[in-house]
Amino acid sequence: MRIVIIGNGVAGITAARHLRKLSDHEIIVVSDEAPYHFSRPAMMYVSMGHMTFDNTKPYEDWFWKKNRIEVVHNKVRLIRKDGGLVIDLESGPSIDADVVILATGSEPAWYGWQGEHLPGVQGYVNKHDLDLLERNLAGARNAVVVGGGLIGIEAAEVLHSRGVHVAMLVREPAFYRKVFPEEESTMVTQHISRQGIELRCSTELEKIVAGENGGRVDHVISSSGEHIQADIVILATGVKPRIDLARASGVDVSRGILVNDRFETSIPNIYAIGDCAEFETGVQQLWYTARAHGEHVARVIVEGAGPYVRGTYFNSAKFFDLEWQVYGVIPPESDESNSVYWSDDSSTRSVRIAQSNGVVSGVHGIGVRLRQETCVHWIENGTMIDVVRKQFQEAVFDPEFTRKVSV
Amino acid sequence: MNYIELTVPDSMRNHGTMWSRWKNRGVPAYLLALVLTGFYVMVYWFPEPLAPLASLLDPLAHLLRGSVADRWFLYGTIYTVAVLVMGARMLLRYRTQRYHVYRTLTLMTVQLMMSYLIPALLARMGSKEFYFSYFWPLKPEYLFPSNISALVQSDNGLLMFMGFWTIAMTVVATPVLTYFYGKRWYCSWVCGCGALAETAGDPFRQNSDKTLAAWKIERWMVHSVLATIVAVTGLIWWANIDPTSPIAPYAHEANRVYGFLIGSVFSGVIGVGFYPLMGARVWCRFGCPMAAVLGLLQKYASRFRITTNGSQCISCGNCSTYCEMGIDVRAYAQRGEDIKRASCVGCGVCATVCPRGVLKLENH
Repeated sequence: MRIVIIGNGVAGITAARHLRKLSDHEIIVVSDEAPYHFSRPAMMYVSMGHMTFDNTKPYEDWFWKKNRIEVVHNKVRLIRKDGGLVIDLESGPSIDADVVILATGSEPAWYGWQGEHLPGVQGYVNKHDLDLLERNLAGARNAVVVGGGLIGIEAAEVLHSRGVHVAMLVREPAFYRKVFPEEESTMVTQHISRQGIELRCSTELEKIVAGENGGRVDHVISSSGEHIQADIVILATGVKPRIDLARASGVDVSRGILVNDRFETSIPNIYAIGDCAEFETGVQQLWYTARAHGEHVARVIVEGAGPYVRGTYFNSAKFFDLEWQVYGVIPPESDESNSVYWSDDSSTRSVRIAQSNGVVSGVHGIGVRLRQETCVHWIENGTMIDVVRKQFQEAVFDPEFTRKVSV
Repeated sequence: MNYIELTVPDSMRNHGTMWSRWKNRGVPAYLLALVLTGFYVMVYWFPEPLAPLASLLDPLAHLLRGSVADRWFLYGTIYTVAVLVMGARMLLRYRTQRYHVYRTLTLMTVQLMMSYLIPALLARMGSKEFYFSYFWPLKPEYLFPSNISALVQSDNGLLMFMGFWTIAMTVVATPVLTYFYGKRWYCSWVCGCGALAETAGDPFRQNSDKTLAAWKIERWMVHSVLATIVAVTGLIWWANIDPTSPIAPYAHEANRVYGFLIGSVFSGVIGVGFYPLMGARVWCRFGCPMAAVLGLLQKYASRFRITTNGSQCISCGNCSTYCEMGIDVRAYAQRGEDIKRASCVGCGVCATVCPRGVLKLENH
């Protein structure tokens, strides 16, 4: 059987690796982004000079051949039904396939702002954006980042590290307030401001304006009517599933590519995983979910495995120097009535344990590393909050000699 | 790149490392490598040009050793100053991480006291110039019969102590400490080679080779060196017990060749000279027989390992990039596997540069 995977991000590559582990099927991965898989979250470290682009590749280039995974650097135009499935490429002969896995990921969600296609305006989600930023950085002094999410803060850190003044437009009254409770949001907001980022909260983008003597962006106008100088504008207002190929090929789509809980699309033998897939419950656009999808779809295809069940929610990120980890549910309206909160004097470390009726429902750490296994065990076993507080050191994953957490 | 740090960061940052021509094998790095290798070649084999430089240190040598400064005093002084100055840089750079602060301070103290001041003062007292922080097989002669029997059978209490110290550290402390803490207790907290690598070598750690091919060469090479020094030590003891044996004349010749090829060329000229090109742990990784012994103990008889935090890894590669031993840390982290590699010196930098809190050095 020949399985063709479209997309070499973490979802597609995890599927390929697990298909190889479980089977002897012929595996082909097609991507037009970079010839070999790289870690998308590592893009920012390339832009900051922490790593070379080669360092972001989790596998050496010989890995694919050795594991009989054929890598094709090409763009897929269309998937056709012609007996089996046929994949038309932009150049060269088409590929016949018995099974196709769509792992086309996502793309920036822009909202039709005036000036959003001006030179100097870009997103920051793929290899193209990474290379484009290097060109846009030449001679740039001021930048505006639109969006107070995880990509926005990464973009701000990158630009700041390159000596560019950054103004950040955030819709919420404080950074990440849509997700974080008030104390955490305040802590991160202050930290970002301390770095020298001009954080403009409760502010949205009105339009982007070009300079007089050329097409390039000159400034933006905010929802409050202010002019903010910008040689670069990074639009980081979220991402949406990349579904153009699926739609053109007749696969049912809505916001994303519609799939059931076994990743099956409306067309037999075509699956969709990762950011591009939309379940009955919606999309799941995290690095971790993409990897879980890839692992599970391989079991579905080879072993006829049952439904994919998402485990206890977890996520992590880093806001400049502040690491963040979360397990379970921490509602943004958490306060002392439904959670326990601890922070140290430095305002760079905090822990929150959320509870309902005394049972722990989520654990949240900023500047404190938390052991996933322990936190998830507490949440999944309905552990009482008093027990968790007593045993909390077991969940701390900080380096040796780090100051104790006393939640 | 026009990177300007405007604020005091709350964590260690690697901004611009990959664009630095010093840190990333540009022309300055090659020139520095040339200077370093040249210096080692002069110290070992062509010391005459260094004499005027050494004589500048005469007052210090008189004070510490009660003699004029020779090339070895010059070398020891430069080495110690490098550890202290670059150690200060290390402390500043990693100040928010107590693990690095503590181990750097320990390395600096051990270098200054055990590898510089105490041996000098011992020489001044007319006693044996003894290095309490080096053991067999990194310092093979410490277990040679001539040395060990002279020390143990001495009626001088200090010399007797040195004899028992070196035996106890090699036979008892090494396996016991490695069992509890991993090889890092030595390589990243005590060893003089480690002290230079962890301080002066820190800017070059990203230049270590992470390929599988390099790992294969490393295993073959470092264990060959260990086998060689075990054989040489055995020969020397044999020749000592049975001086009439036909192998006796070859034993000291074997030791001389080992001293030249491994002790001088590998650990000195290449070991330090290649810092800017292959990272600071070239000797520790490919050549050091002590590291090989500690590595075998760490792999098969130690509680130490680097644990990974569930599924939090984002495969970014910071850990592998900044591993000075060239371990592909990410390969384990992204599978959620513990890292138990013989070569790991437990410097802890992988855990520091990890942006998702995935790695932790643990003893239990």
